[in-house]
Amino acid sequence: MNASLMVEVLYLISAILFVMGIKRLQSPVTARGGNALAAFAMLLAIIATLLGNEVLSWWGILVGVLIGSLVGGVAARMVQMTAMPQMVGLFNGFGGGASALVAAAEFLRSGSHLVVDSHGITILLGILIGGVTFSGSMIAFAKLQGLLTGNPITFPAQNFVNAVIFLGMLALGVLTLGVGAHVATPPTLFTIFSAAALLLGILLVIPIGGADMPVVISLLNSYSGLAASAAGFIIGNMVLIISGALVGASGLILTQIMCKGMNRSLANVAFGAFGGTAHVDRSQIGKRPVRSADAEQVAMVLAYANSVIVVPGYGLAVAQAQHELRKVADLLEERGVDVRFAIHPVAGRMPGHMNVLLAEADVPYDKLYDLDEINDDFAKTDVVLVVGANDVVNPAARDPDSAIAGMPILDVDKAKTVIIMKRSLSPGFAGIDNALFYMDHTLMFFGDAKRSMSDLVREIREV
Amino acid sequence: MGELMMGIYVFVLATLAGRELITKVPPTLHTPLMSGANAISGISIVGALVVAGQASGTTQTVLGILAIAMAMINVVGGFMVTDRMLKMFKRR
Repeated sequence: MNASLMVEVLYLISAILFVMGIKRLQSPVTARGGNALAAFAMLLAIIATLLGNEVLSWWGILVGVLIGSLVGGVAARMVQMTAMPQMVGLFNGFGGGASALVAAAEFLRSGSHLVVDSHGITILLGILIGGVTFSGSMIAFAKLQGLLTGNPITFPAQNFVNAVIFLGMLALGVLTLGVGAHVATPPTLFTIFSAAALLLGILLVIPIGGADMPVVISLLNSYSGLAASAAGFIIGNMVLIISGALVGASGLILTQIMCKGMNRSLANVAFGAFGGTAHVDRSQIGKRPVRSADAEQVAMVLAYANSVIVVPGYGLAVAQAQHELRKVADLLEERGVDVRFAIHPVAGRMPGHMNVLLAEADVPYDKLYDLDEINDDFAKTDVVLVVGANDVVNPAARDPDSAIAGMPILDVDKAKTVIIMKRSLSPGFAGIDNALFYMDHTLMFFGDAKRSMSDLVREIREV
Repeated sequence: MGELMMGIYVFVLATLAGRELITKVPPTLHTPLMSGANAISGISIVGALVVAGQASGTTQTVLGILAIAMAMINVVGGFMVTDRMLKMFKRR
């Protein structure tokens, strides 16, 4: 077998293993093996590349690989589970950035001579998608990490400005390719094009608020795949095209699931600058009477229930209260209470955020139920414990005039007793008051989720 | 059939295959799916290795090394953090 055929076969095996690896993610039992298989596929692709290409400078490759592996490995080990959304955002950005850099290097290697052919067009596409993914992900990271405000950042005519930049880039792209047909493309044109891509990424993500982050993270995930595919078109490599397409499809499906979880279109999430607690009418909040309870009372209610459903939200992650919550669930189960967890698709800051947090706290995954699986059971449930969730349990979603009209919610108000663990009566991300707080069968349990959970553990033991 | 058309065929078919595979992933695994897919998008390491290996001149070399480092962060970090998460998923 000649060398180049062997390289192609290695690439083919690698692509097959990627598909098989993803296939194994369909069950928690096989998922870990699937991830390992995909990692092995990546190793094969790297080996094939090093075998199949003439390498002029090994030390540069070595330096890059060492630095990247070290940084990635340390970050993966150190990151807390509650910080997973920003970690994934950051990694996303690096993937997109790498693809954009490949495109830029190819531009220089072609002698700055881009013409209207697949090579020229895909280089510009690689810069556009890769650049937007990189800078957009960095903004998403900054927002999730709290370096930037989680509220939408808006300015007048924002969408118009974005459209102008995008159309400007199209014109610039045509100009770049047109100029290249006769003479070398001026590097300035290429630099402006790249800078515009980075600017567009920033502008597209700053107006998106905290609770819409699951959509953005999913979308950027999809883009990072498309950027890799573009890089594949540039260097004519099928394994890049295939793996990039798989990631692109994955991100897109998650994006659709997240949008459906909020009953909003992708366009509304991307350009609507929805939510944020900055411009909320606070005058009416707290004027109506609520029933509040202390840890002892809440412990009694929980301990004497037959069935309890816990509804976790982003507040659980913020307070890092997942381990204490697990202890509460364990104590209740020891008393014979049936305890289950209801997970809303957009709870938290990324798809599946709550599931990972609860897995970290050793809650078995078969106690976690999706909205569709558990929603009919609330009416038959004694007590619902809502921990740091708000909009996803707000009955206002059933009101066609509400800001969150039509959003699928967990029907917790149908349970016999609802306990809401929250720091205050402040509204959720959507900025609207929650009628659930004022219902007769609702008990407000005010305080920091972690402290409150610890108090509950003590009180349930004493019941 | 030109190379571009061939690439488009492969891209479209892989997208469809991806759709079939990923719609069957349960919501409880959506975060690991995302970080795993993320690691796979680090496949741009292949492109980075090609351009870095053939780079001539300082600018191209720097771009290549930077691309390799970024892609490797994505690959190593992505697969490791996904493994860390999946290790935690336990049955009753």
